[in-house]
Amino acid sequence: MKYLKKAFNVFWKDLIIELRSKEMINTMIIFSILVVLISSFAFGQMSTEALDQIAPGVLWIAFIFAGMLGIGRSFISEKDQNCLRGNMLAPVDWSAIYIGKTIGNLFFMLIMELITLIIFVVIFDFGKILTKLPKLTIILLLGTLGFVSVGTLLSAISVNTKTREMLLPVLLFPVTIPVILPVVESTSQLITQEPNILPWIRILTAYDIIFFVLSALIFNYVVEE
Amino acid sequence: MGIIQKIFYYHVSSAWNAFLAFLIVAISSIIYLKTKENKWDIYALSSAEIGVIFSAITLITGSMWAKGSWNTWWTWDPRLTTALVMWLIYASYLTLRKSLKTEKKARLSAVFGIIAFTSVPITYLSIRIWPTIHPNLEFSLMLPAKMTLILSITAFTLLYIYLFHLRTKIEKTKEKIKKLKTTK
Repeated sequence: MKYLKKAFNVFWKDLIIELRSKEMINTMIIFSILVVLISSFAFGQMSTEALDQIAPGVLWIAFIFAGMLGIGRSFISEKDQNCLRGNMLAPVDWSAIYIGKTIGNLFFMLIMELITLIIFVVIFDFGKILTKLPKLTIILLLGTLGFVSVGTLLSAISVNTKTREMLLPVLLFPVTIPVILPVVESTSQLITQEPNILPWIRILTAYDIIFFVLSALIFNYVVEE
Repeated sequence: MGIIQKIFYYHVSSAWNAFLAFLIVAISSIIYLKTKENKWDIYALSSAEIGVIFSAITLITGSMWAKGSWNTWWTWDPRLTTALVMWLIYASYLTLRKSLKTEKKARLSAVFGIIAFTSVPITYLSIRIWPTIHPNLEFSLMLPAKMTLILSITAFTLLYIYLFHLRTKIEKTKEKIKKLKTTK
């Protein structure tokens, strides 16, 4: 319990920093809205059937690209003035830092996704996706969790490289394809008559657990000096 | 299937080598994190490079065979997708190694080497988990074909061992030269 509270403190600290600067969350939201808008310009003339096929893809491209921006920043603030070492001096296992950061990224991404979803529904006139809201929420939660759990770990790695933000997508996209494929597939299932998302949810859950546990286990080796 | 079937022996053996190489990457990475001995980092690097080459060969030969028997170079079949993703992940592993310059290089690449391994079992098992058009090895092979396959897999494994030996030797020589240069 104490451990979880410490992990939560890391998240709380990041949340306060973010609330004061609003740097990251604003950029993420504006970026994801831009992706939706540009896709709307590009595909706006298509028939409704064609839009049904590409819309889930557009939605997740917006989520993932904007999420990448946020995840990429999550350890940069800690590099400044060696703050990470300050965090590590706290008397708790370092994986608590990882868990706190993951909760933070998950939280920021979910806010961004919520706002993007509203804009997306309005611009693409896609109200039918909201009729399956409980299922959509499950997909969003599981998909985002899988994405941020491995993303946070890889962000801690890529922050040490010279090319930082450039490298993160190259590392993160291939690794998270097992998460991205099921979420896109199951989101497109939602707008069919009888959605069958259970097989995809199973794969998602399995990968979430694997990525989260594995990342929490090896995070210590990333930050040790 | 005629002559096009013969590519099978290269294809399966290369895939086997890729799986073997990536397994060695994961094992070396874990041992490196435990022991911090530099040789394990060299093993991981050498094995990853060989694995990327052999999985590229697998993809190319598979594509050639697909053109002959499915009449298309590529299709988004689960087996093909997971194999391509596996190749991409290890290609990005090599990119990561290139862009890390500091003393952290070995440690951070070892961490990614472990994460990367998540793609290997799913590629191997993909033909059992999902319905796929990729031929399954479990269907009965004729005895001569089985013999040829075993022979070529053995030959490819020996090739892997030889390449691995050469590659680690290059890295070790590099280090020796570096040491000589700095001690002068």
